[in-house]
Amino acid sequence: MSIAIKETQKMIEEVLDGYPEKTRKARAGHLAANDPSGECSTCKVKSNVKSRPGVMTVRGCAYAGAKGVVWGPVKDQITISHGPVGCGQYSWWARRNYYNGQTGIDTFGTMHITTDFQEKDIVYGGDKGLEAALNEVKELMPLARGIGILSECPVGLIGDDIEAVSKKVENEFGYPIVPVRCEGFRGVSQSLGHHIANDTIRDHVLGKGTMGESTPYDIALIGDYNIGGDAWASRKMLEEMGLRVIAQWTGDASVNELGIAQNAKLNLVHCYRSMNYICRHMEEKYGVPWVEFNFFGPTKIYQSIRKIASHFDDTIKENAEKMIEKYRPAMDAVIEQYRPKLEDKKVMLYVGGLRPRHTIGAYEDLGMEIIASGYEFGHDDDYNRTYPDMKEGAVIMDDATLYELEEFTRRLRPDMVGAGIKEKYSYHKMGVPFRQMHSWDYSGPYHGFDGFPVFARDMDMTVNSPTWNLIRRKR
Amino acid sequence: MRQIAIYGKGGIGKSTTSQNVVACLAEAGYKCMIVGCDPKADATRLILHKKAQTTVMDLARERGSVEDLEIDEVLLTGYRNIRCAESGGPEPGVGCAGRGVITAINFLEENGAYGEDTDFVFYDVLGDVVCGGFAMPIREGKAKEIYIVTSGEMMAMYAANNISRGILKYAQSGGVRLGGLICNSRETDKEYELISELAKRLNTHMIYFIPRENEVQRAELRRQTVIEYSPDHKQAEEYRTLAKKIAENKNFVIPTPMSMDELEELLMDFGILESEDAAV
Repeated sequence: MSIAIKETQKMIEEVLDGYPEKTRKARAGHLAANDPSGECSTCKVKSNVKSRPGVMTVRGCAYAGAKGVVWGPVKDQITISHGPVGCGQYSWWARRNYYNGQTGIDTFGTMHITTDFQEKDIVYGGDKGLEAALNEVKELMPLARGIGILSECPVGLIGDDIEAVSKKVENEFGYPIVPVRCEGFRGVSQSLGHHIANDTIRDHVLGKGTMGESTPYDIALIGDYNIGGDAWASRKMLEEMGLRVIAQWTGDASVNELGIAQNAKLNLVHCYRSMNYICRHMEEKYGVPWVEFNFFGPTKIYQSIRKIASHFDDTIKENAEKMIEKYRPAMDAVIEQYRPKLEDKKVMLYVGGLRPRHTIGAYEDLGMEIIASGYEFGHDDDYNRTYPDMKEGAVIMDDATLYELEEFTRRLRPDMVGAGIKEKYSYHKMGVPFRQMHSWDYSGPYHGFDGFPVFARDMDMTVNSPTWNLIRRKR
Repeated sequence: MRQIAIYGKGGIGKSTTSQNVVACLAEAGYKCMIVGCDPKADATRLILHKKAQTTVMDLARERGSVEDLEIDEVLLTGYRNIRCAESGGPEPGVGCAGRGVITAINFLEENGAYGEDTDFVFYDVLGDVVCGGFAMPIREGKAKEIYIVTSGEMMAMYAANNISRGILKYAQSGGVRLGGLICNSRETDKEYELISELAKRLNTHMIYFIPRENEVQRAELRRQTVIEYSPDHKQAEEYRTLAKKIAENKNFVIPTPMSMDELEELLMDFGILESEDAAV
């Protein structure tokens, strides 16, 4: 075992010492020193288990995963938060999934629609109210192409039959009415919500869309939620390669796009965690292969473009090389501009989905080093994809607690932390440069050739802002 | 004011017994109130002489919420000024009846339905305490005494034992106590002895043994208590005795529920259950 690993393990032990014995034992399995070779047996973390009460986890719930991540961005669908008003209200367009369209006319992404349960709905059941809501939606928004019923906790508790209501109106409405059983108390994190949402796409929408003629270059862009315009940046590149993007899931997606992805020749998966389920299904049922890719930072972009092109003919392969050469000077210029200001800066990440591993390359392109990274709701397969990408001895953390994040920050002294809105302000108070890496801190896109200059600028702005010197305690 | 909750297996005669008892207490000059905690809303029909009164939840549903109700609309007065309220709730298979009980009781309390001059409040609760809502009447600050209606039938005794477990939980956290078992006779074998023994095992007493009597049925068909329908009948006298015993009861205990095995042993001791039956 290397010195780097041993030193990190020692530091983790010290942090764990702050816990009572039971908590220590429970948390110890979720923190590890990285071993990229995979030889060290104690360097793997436990994941996807219930959070320990009282430790201030930043995880979300199944509803957050199903509504906030997967279904919410579908633009011409009405997403009903079925239950009391709060869940929908407080998750209202939090992820900035951009879309084209006239909101309220043919697209509805930024609208918050709820059945607003009252006491009487709990006591007498909410099915009648749901049916009334569906009819209102149909009348008020005639251009909607689907309705998702996203179940909040009480619906599951009182046992409302939302499937029966959906079935009843679906024929009459002529478009998918999708009951999503994503009650927040199910599962250990938002991860189950992704899975449930994937299953409902499979059962209610997939294969039911209409599409013109196929081409040999049809692909579907899966697991890109178009945060700050990410999917648009990616789509542009894929099209420049000569591919035809027949569906974008689910950033800027239409219901029809969810219904035709099985026609793709290849599924391109960006966020593996939230959409691998449906890709596996399309592979099994329709024989559509899928490939993971990474559009953060030029190194990973070039690799991914070549990897994607390798599934197609020489035209595409040539286009890919041409495109790389076309954009390389611009990418090099970005690196030249920002690398001197960011070289050797240390970064700690604690995010969800794909970011804890996918953004590593982009930071490294700028000369920055990832000294710690972790997932809110990752599974083993996420971590197995992460270990090789991180340096030996880096900290790997699963479902990290606020205490652990603070302690690691104190000991590792990162120059920048990238995490979520719940951590943001405690880091501001600590005087540590912080970037909200769930929704790019109201910036973006970060994907592709369009995204990298924005990413580089934002990281420079964060790390080198003079503000921190005004609030940081003198060391 | 004494708040009393009546529990027991579904169909055992909780509503009939409590209404007859309340009628007796009212006859004796006490000011009484009945709160029905069952979506079926049949806990007050013998007092009000109607099929089912307007319930708190039904009216709340019609109006929008309980805030839109006036207490007079759901608190009715019947035989000898007994005040009656029903929680109401959904038809079977929909929604959450337990939440209905919670909401209704909170509404009644907040709107002073109990009144300062009330001597007895009787909560008539759904047979099985299936969720937290049906334990509402025995939580902190509400009913302090509970009577379980049972009979010599095995399932009624199972239910009595199960309800005792629920009481045990709330007895430890609050002040609720078991006041006794009321045996509503089904004329099963050795019923008196069996329920006396069951009571003893549960650390309580059989407060009264109500004999089976068809006069109760005749009165019910006319939506009346025996006390009102045939005040001179001997069954009316039985209820008067029970009412007097409840009014004078001093025997309040924390129950000691039995395990299933113990309960089956008890039934075997009385020859109700053969050992080979138990093995099945």
